[in-house]
Amino acid sequence: MAVTAGEANARQAPGEREMEQTTAPHGGTLAGEFWLRLKRDRLTLAALCVLALLVVAALAGKALTEWSTVFDPATVRLMDKFRPPLARPAEQLPVPDRPRFGIYLLGTDDLGRDVFARMLQGSFVSLSIGFVAVAISLLVGVTLGALAGYFGEIRFGFVTVDTLIMRFTDVMLCFPTFFLILTVVALLPPSIYNIMVVIGLTGWMGTARFVRAEFLSLREQDFVAAAEVLGLPRRRIIFVHMVPNAVAPVLVSATISVATAILTESALSFLGFGVQPPFATWGNILADGKAFIFDAPWLFFTPGLAILAVVLSFNLVGEGLREALNPKLRRV
Amino acid sequence: MLIGNVGFGLDSTSGEVMEMLAYVIRNLLQRLVLLFVVSVMAHAVVHIAPGEPSEVDPSNPRLKPEDVTKIRAAFHLDDPLHLQYVYWMRDLLSGELKSFKDSQPVLPKIWDRFLNSLPLFVTATVIVWTLSFPAGIHAALRRGSVYDRSTTFLAYALISIPGFFFSYLVILSVVELFGVPVIGMRTFGMEDAAPLFRAMDRLWHLVIPSIMSALVGVAILSRYVRSQMLEVIGADYVRTARAKGLEEETVVYTHALRNALLPFVTMFGLLLPGLIGGSVIFEQIFAWPGIGRLGYDAILARDFPVILTINLIAAVLTLAGTFLSDILYAAVDPRIRLQ
Repeated sequence: MAVTAGEANARQAPGEREMEQTTAPHGGTLAGEFWLRLKRDRLTLAALCVLALLVVAALAGKALTEWSTVFDPATVRLMDKFRPPLARPAEQLPVPDRPRFGIYLLGTDDLGRDVFARMLQGSFVSLSIGFVAVAISLLVGVTLGALAGYFGEIRFGFVTVDTLIMRFTDVMLCFPTFFLILTVVALLPPSIYNIMVVIGLTGWMGTARFVRAEFLSLREQDFVAAAEVLGLPRRRIIFVHMVPNAVAPVLVSATISVATAILTESALSFLGFGVQPPFATWGNILADGKAFIFDAPWLFFTPGLAILAVVLSFNLVGEGLREALNPKLRRV
Repeated sequence: MLIGNVGFGLDSTSGEVMEMLAYVIRNLLQRLVLLFVVSVMAHAVVHIAPGEPSEVDPSNPRLKPEDVTKIRAAFHLDDPLHLQYVYWMRDLLSGELKSFKDSQPVLPKIWDRFLNSLPLFVTATVIVWTLSFPAGIHAALRRGSVYDRSTTFLAYALISIPGFFFSYLVILSVVELFGVPVIGMRTFGMEDAAPLFRAMDRLWHLVIPSIMSALVGVAILSRYVRSQMLEVIGADYVRTARAKGLEEETVVYTHALRNALLPFVTMFGLLLPGLIGGSVIFEQIFAWPGIGRLGYDAILARDFPVILTINLIAAVLTLAGTFLSDILYAAVDPRIRLQ
């Protein structure tokens, strides 16, 4: 209540969860050292495995439910409503409607749809909401932050570019994020793309502030001066030389933002403004399942635990990466 | 806005007071400008987005086209945007702003709901702040222990679980066990009971909703306390205090903790916007007639004046909060000077 997860992530000091300072790993390159450090953190590795599984599940979900209907998430079987997990279909069910392997792996919902197939389909949609929303917020945040940091001193009349961009950031920070998302999503026609865009456009402010601060200090460094002296085009200096140096911590916090975006989507679904029926997402399976919490608990627990596992993994991976990148813990 | 400046100790001269005053005034003016921009943007977003108040009930056969025209005219919906903005501001400032939905004045309506949300917010905040500090400090002092690792994991789990999923699980397990109410603010039919019983009933209704809405805050804040504490505990002056032979308790609570607390003073200010922003989901789950639900209902009904006014109040609270935190920071940390 005091601070929402997203806000706190934006404000939190880097290096929240430090690792024990062990003897310096001898990896040679920076990447090798990074990997060595990461390998020690078993929790992060486990979370990374969960995420790898998730990506496989999401791609498989797209392939097996849409490109070729190996698992059919849309078939309605009214005689097979609310079958528990691992149940067999009714004898009278026509053969083409039968689930793959002749078994409902995760049961069926109130319309007799196969929950396993819906979860598979939903994994792709949920994940793409998270990734697209974060990609949008990164794009906006990095661009505005870089512009404010690099071209900050240019004047338009009586205001500088920096003032303009940073005051706009302040304006955006004044909106209560979730309420704004809710308002816009409710007023716009319901569509999965609107949800992605709105979540993305309300989450870039922390990134912009961070990138601007990084750029202000990078601009003074020798390699940027050297690039300028060489007469490289500005675009190249910014995107090839400066952005890669500023962006590692941003990418780390982006991992956590993906988690937040998935949670936001499920919260929107709970309020009835989430992704609408033809698409299944974990959020709306969970939100629909809450009505049958006594009759068919698997409709509620499967998506709920899946969201918990995935969001937890994103958070743990984000924190683990942040640690592994933390220069304070690096070999001197 | 905050500039660290070592050496300005406690000697506050009249020049510094003047500087402070100038800072406050300049800052307030800046914030007013920001507020104006926020209100214009909110107004534009709400009005430009498709979906009109007159379209809420398109299937209602009694709503004839001429009625729609009448409604649109009554709400100024056909006027240009900037005029609508002026009408909104005029009505808001004169206190005559009326809801589209039921023609009730907006400000008293919001105020009533605000009073309902307030106890929930205050209790949750108290829970967050009283639990986070012991938990975080303890974890920092026993870094790497089983306690530290398990609270770390628990904190991440709490941050990661969808709020309504977790609340439903708790409701399922707790209601039958303890008979705690989880719906609304008071028991229906208790209106005639003695004041003492009514107060107890209100408190009893507050338990689960406030705990549930506090949990994420506890998880986040205790992690933050832990990292602040770890940062301070490695500092030179803590080593010096230990080297002097001070007792561990004095070192931790007098030398380390006081410095670790500094950033949290500023967080008091940042709490304010949570009054509106964080409450929609939990008020919906627990049928709590607070400001978040008012906003949610207003969104469903396309009740523009209520949506916009709640948004504006949230922006005012955010700006007031950051202002307060800047001032507080300067007040408690002599190294910081306002500029």
